[in-house]
Amino acid sequence: MSDSILDIRGLAKTYKGGTTALAGVDLTIRRGEIFALLGPNGAGKTTLIGAVCGLVRPTAGTICAFGQDVAHHWRAVRRRIGLVPQELAFDTFEQVERSVAYSRGIFGCPPDRARIHEVLRSLSLYDKRHTKIRELSGGMKRRVMIAKALAHDPELLFLDEPTAGVDVELRRDMWRQIGELRARGTTIILTTHYIEEAEEMADRVGVIDKGRILLVDDKAAIIGKLGRTEARITLDRPLPVIPPSLSAYALSLEEDGRVLQYRGGDGAGKGRREIARILRTLVAEGIVFEAIETRQSSLEDIFVTLVENGAASARAEAA
Amino acid sequence: MSGLNLRGALAILTNELMRFFRTIYGSILSPVLTTSLYFIVFGAAIGGRIEEIGGVSYGAFIVPGLLMLTLLSETTSNASFGIYMPRFTGAVYELLSAPVGVTETLIGFVGAAAIKSLLLAAIILTTATLFVDYTIVHPFYALGYVLLVAAAFSLFGFILGIWADNFEKLQVVPLLILTPLTFLGGTFYSIDMLGEPWRTVALVNPIVYLVNGLRWTFTGTSDVPIAISVGMTLGFLVVCVGVIATIFRTGWRLRG
Repeated sequence: MSDSILDIRGLAKTYKGGTTALAGVDLTIRRGEIFALLGPNGAGKTTLIGAVCGLVRPTAGTICAFGQDVAHHWRAVRRRIGLVPQELAFDTFEQVERSVAYSRGIFGCPPDRARIHEVLRSLSLYDKRHTKIRELSGGMKRRVMIAKALAHDPELLFLDEPTAGVDVELRRDMWRQIGELRARGTTIILTTHYIEEAEEMADRVGVIDKGRILLVDDKAAIIGKLGRTEARITLDRPLPVIPPSLSAYALSLEEDGRVLQYRGGDGAGKGRREIARILRTLVAEGIVFEAIETRQSSLEDIFVTLVENGAASARAEAA
Repeated sequence: MSGLNLRGALAILTNELMRFFRTIYGSILSPVLTTSLYFIVFGAAIGGRIEEIGGVSYGAFIVPGLLMLTLLSETTSNASFGIYMPRFTGAVYELLSAPVGVTETLIGFVGAAAIKSLLLAAIILTTATLFVDYTIVHPFYALGYVLLVAAAFSLFGFILGIWADNFEKLQVVPLLILTPLTFLGGTFYSIDMLGEPWRTVALVNPIVYLVNGLRWTFTGTSDVPIAISVGMTLGFLVVCVGVIATIFRTGWRLRG
């Protein structure tokens, strides 16, 4: 297991109006991983990032990055952290290269045109380096945001909804770039609404809602623990009741006995094995079926269940 | 490293100057035009009917006042826009998440404001030579005083830019407070020309001390002692530094 690069303990934030954005968050991020923080709007994702990056003043709790307390060693820590915020925010009258060079400068790095060009090339921005940011397309502007965050070669990079509002092609392109960053050793924490994004890229996933972390685990482990298999078996003739030979399985009769619905398994193959046994039993008992549809629950299903059921039921289910 | 991030301060300073030079024509033409108009209206049209004041011609008398008038409004506006615009666009996130604190921020913003103010002063004084003959009795003190005023009012503008949460508020103080006080602060006349009680009332106006401080460096005479002028300007600067340090410590209007 990798060592931790970020350690958050008891982090809380209550805004002036009384809104509690974070209600005692404990979270450890491992060096070199891609960590996806999932949560609905207002869950506390951006506040959490803001607290680490210095944009938000926490009400309580401690944040240690690179083994140093962020509150006391903020200069040293911030030099090693990059942030791509959710909103496009820059001086739009500035040229791309100058804007990126400025970002490198305020993070205390010496001017390095070659490195700036390298960053711009990696984001397909090199040809636009003398263009004013306001003249770029929305997707290009988002790349500029990433270039600015990478200009000082951060070891820990926060991406707050990096692909919000970008088209599918650009989203795939950004996933590739994020993968390349990880390959170079950058630890990445991303927040996203797109479960597909987390499934595609993340090593570990955290689910946050109402300022509380509901679950943190390896992506595969979450699917293993909380994943379910569903099978919809359409019968030739309706059944009045489930045959006793199938009573051990998580089955129900639906649509007036015409559909045998299975919801079970563990996300690690048990569901598929049980479906095979159910089908063999149906054949052995002469129950004719005319169609089968099976589906493995996705991270999205798990996320929705977690958020809907709340923290208590989620923990119980995971245990 | 936990020491000062001087590269960060330099980056802010350079960025601010680049912003100034992007609008260089407006930055130069505006003070040239304004100063020329003042000289035409006050210096030529009215000044011809006024005798010497304090041993200098009326045209030469109003040079430091006009310089102060432009200096105060331009420095305050520049500094307030410098921090307000990133807040307005959201780009301030970068400054807040960077390893720069109050010291680096002030070096960057105040340093840039001071350089801009010196350029403006040079432009205004060059324009003035087209209309009047004047001399600067204490040129080094004049340079120092311009820098002191520029630093103080760039800090003041910085505070305004953080306080303002809309464009109207951003304009209120320079337009409705600074400019009227400057006009009433002895820019175009000596307060000794006022009868009582207006002379005493004028002494309540802090701009009187700034205008007269600069006038002393130009002519060697002023309506109020130079020490008081310098002391008040320094005091204002210190208060502004204190306010900004408090803003950074508490995160007022900057951090959530």
